[in-house]
Amino acid sequence: MSEAPLLSIRDLEVSFRTDAGTTTAVRGVSFDVRAGETVAVVGESGSGKSTTAAAVIGLLAGNGRVTGGQILLDGVDLAALPPTELARLRGSRIGMVPQDPMSNLNPVRLVGRQVDETLVDNEVVPAGRARARTVELLEEAGLPDAGRRARQYPHEFSGGMRQRALIAMGLAARPALLIADEPTSALDVTVQRTILDNLTELTRSLGVAVLLITHDLGLAAERAQRVVVMYGGEVVEQGPSEALLRAPQHPYTRRLLAAAPSLASRRIELAKQGVLGADAVAADLLATTAGEHGHGAAAPAGAAAGARADVAARGGVGTPLVEVEHVSKVFSLRGKGLLARSQPFTAVDDVSFVVPRGRTVAVVGESGSGKSTVARMILGLLTPSSGRIRFDGEEVASGDRVDRAAQVRFRRRVQPIFQDPYASLDPLYTIYRTIEEPLRVHRVGDAAARRDRVHALMDDVALPHDLLRRYPGELSGGQRQRVAIARALALEPELVVCDEAVSALDVVVQSQVLHLLADLQARLGLSYLFISHDLAVVRQVADEVCVMQGGRVVERGSVDDVFERPATDYTRSLLAAIPGRGLQLGAGGDAA
Amino acid sequence: MVRLILRRLALLVPTLLGLSVLLFAWVRALPGGPATALLGERATPEAVERINALYGFDRPIVEQYVRYLGQLVTGNFGVSTRTGRPVLEEFASRFPATVELTVLALLLAVAVAIPLGYLAARHQGRTLDHLTVVASLLGVTVPVFFLAFLLKYAFAVELGWFPSSGRQDPAMIATHPTGLYVLDGLLTREWDASWDALVHLVLPALALGSIPLAVIARITRASVIDVQSADYVRTARAKGLLPRHVRDRVVLRNALLPVSTTIGLQVGLLLSGAVLTETVFAFPGIGSFLAEAVFNLDYAVLQGFILIIAVVYALVNLLVDVSYGLIDPRIAR
Repeated sequence: MSEAPLLSIRDLEVSFRTDAGTTTAVRGVSFDVRAGETVAVVGESGSGKSTTAAAVIGLLAGNGRVTGGQILLDGVDLAALPPTELARLRGSRIGMVPQDPMSNLNPVRLVGRQVDETLVDNEVVPAGRARARTVELLEEAGLPDAGRRARQYPHEFSGGMRQRALIAMGLAARPALLIADEPTSALDVTVQRTILDNLTELTRSLGVAVLLITHDLGLAAERAQRVVVMYGGEVVEQGPSEALLRAPQHPYTRRLLAAAPSLASRRIELAKQGVLGADAVAADLLATTAGEHGHGAAAPAGAAAGARADVAARGGVGTPLVEVEHVSKVFSLRGKGLLARSQPFTAVDDVSFVVPRGRTVAVVGESGSGKSTVARMILGLLTPSSGRIRFDGEEVASGDRVDRAAQVRFRRRVQPIFQDPYASLDPLYTIYRTIEEPLRVHRVGDAAARRDRVHALMDDVALPHDLLRRYPGELSGGQRQRVAIARALALEPELVVCDEAVSALDVVVQSQVLHLLADLQARLGLSYLFISHDLAVVRQVADEVCVMQGGRVVERGSVDDVFERPATDYTRSLLAAIPGRGLQLGAGGDAA
Repeated sequence: MVRLILRRLALLVPTLLGLSVLLFAWVRALPGGPATALLGERATPEAVERINALYGFDRPIVEQYVRYLGQLVTGNFGVSTRTGRPVLEEFASRFPATVELTVLALLLAVAVAIPLGYLAARHQGRTLDHLTVVASLLGVTVPVFFLAFLLKYAFAVELGWFPSSGRQDPAMIATHPTGLYVLDGLLTREWDASWDALVHLVLPALALGSIPLAVIARITRASVIDVQSADYVRTARAKGLLPRHVRDRVVLRNALLPVSTTIGLQVGLLLSGAVLTETVFAFPGIGSFLAEAVFNLDYAVLQGFILIIAVVYALVNLLVDVSYGLIDPRIAR
């Protein structure tokens, strides 16, 4: 390690020009990256971490500009460099591994060629002589069978394989600095772990400095020597990883640590804390929600007793609400080759479990495990190929069954909340219309009654009423997910299916939404089916867990049993892959 | 892929059958008849009857249709009532001229539209972009025949830069092995004949190509705007790809996928536009002959030509769909 830093960011300011004027996204950011060192920049979305990275590599979005400070690479100010000079440094001195492997490869070019051209255009090898080196690079990035894989297109690769190809490209010209912008957040935990291990080892042996951009504090602490915490476009705290996590100085860092779900954290127990607990959470939500909020949580909390009495009347907490019995789902896939027949593909294979009333059952698994297919069948959006799904004793009527009336009745009682709050709300509907729509569709009450109900729902999810006239595009991710929850609750369903409902949210917001869900469960006696890939989140919300792998349930049990005494190797490997698992976080993981 | 082609070809049969029924009914619904068209307003009823009997127009319409279908199966499209020559022969002698015209029109349109669309996208929201949008709007809205007259008047009549009509200078003596005059001149090394044919093609091709040009430019613009903000374009820049490689291999290569579909669809438009353009420029292709057939109620020519054009159109689109698999590896399976 040399004394002079490789990259030195001094008082960086980045602004974006918009119709409304200029907004400053990053201000006063200063930190160093020494040669061969890994520095993590941690923050939630909108914190300016990705903007800082984009400024370093000179790829700010069209209307963004460095409006102050310096970005010194080997003592040369990149911010003052003419664009053509800066372009010459990209690839050769600064490499990049982008976030989403699915969208970052040229879809119409062979993967090998995309590595070839990186080598040729950065003058590592002459044109036409790149192939052997390309195969070496792909192998080095951990891509098996690299020679054959190089002659395939990106769509023939899995997410993990694509990310390996992108790592090969990022490191192809042996840059001194590699910017890794959330390099594995789109991948399954086990894949994430092997890819990060490979990347860590590779950059260490090559002596490449890494600027790791991540929202995951655990991952940052595990992979980086130093951590820079950003919030609202500014650096709030920086220092050696361990010291920073053990003794966070800034309130935001502490909040981030407290919100980060970890395996040490416990089930959010609001039901047992009763009304007081619910109020405390509502107050906490109020404190963190921007805008005014007139109505307290007292009124809905008062109704909690009634709600629970209601559940009791329906058959009592703990009696089965959803029974999934030996359910399988087979899709037919188009075969490869000229005259190939379609191939049957079993997405869900003989799955059975029960969702008891007033409880939360989590289905966890990696992509392709069949967990979302299970959710869709329970929602009645897909028909099982065999087996039965019963809801409150009646078989679930799905799309192609005839009884429309039964289907409509069923839809009132079961509501979904999906992963992406950006995609699952109609951008042309106001928030009011979004939440009111299910009431209107099912002809509940008159206009005035519906308005009162919408207002009450906004109170339930702790959103201020002045948002009702806004559109989803004007809301933050957390606010949108709360709108999605309010919409799902409009019809007073008994079961809410949360399909990766908090996966797209920042940890602090995620923690708020999880508490909200727990609070609503306590007050309204809701049952949740919680589909997630994130075991740490599942640990916090579930009563029972089903672990799925390749369409089968490989393990099932109470949340404590599965997490503390995992019975299968697969569950153990999932648990072991969670970043930051072994770290003792300063603020304690269970500070809920 | 093979299955796709076979299925599409099989689908062509009912399509053509349906079209033939429509055509058969439609040409007979036109006021007047081929006999009056041939003999004039003051023809004696006996003469009209003789003509009708000669061509079988006096039979019930269903019988006529069945007989027509029977002939079609053997490749007999009937005889033109106006020229007395077989329809297929008439088509074969004129089709090369139209092919030459549409190909040149399409080439001109593509060659101008793609760079124009690309530049407009790169200058999105600035003057060049606005100019392109306005120009392409004009291109789509100005009727082909009007533009054809305008071009003819300005560049042929007033300026005299190009001939105003025909395919070839009447004084030109040349041999035509393929019927594609520009190609013929190259094959037989009669360079002046090639040049002469090309000069005759310029104005009609410009007029004919105006709409496809405008449409392709707009699709290209929208597609490039869409693609250039894609993650993989940013990654291509980040990995140090030369700017021209980013443009050609990443942006254009991806942006042209939807454009290629559009180009295929334009072929139908070109064939129908050829009727107007060829008439204005007295260009001896299928378009101008078809226009004359309408005026003369030449049933066999109308039916035959339109059926063959439909086949050509369907085949061109099949070709585009098949080649789409070659351009986009995600489609090829």
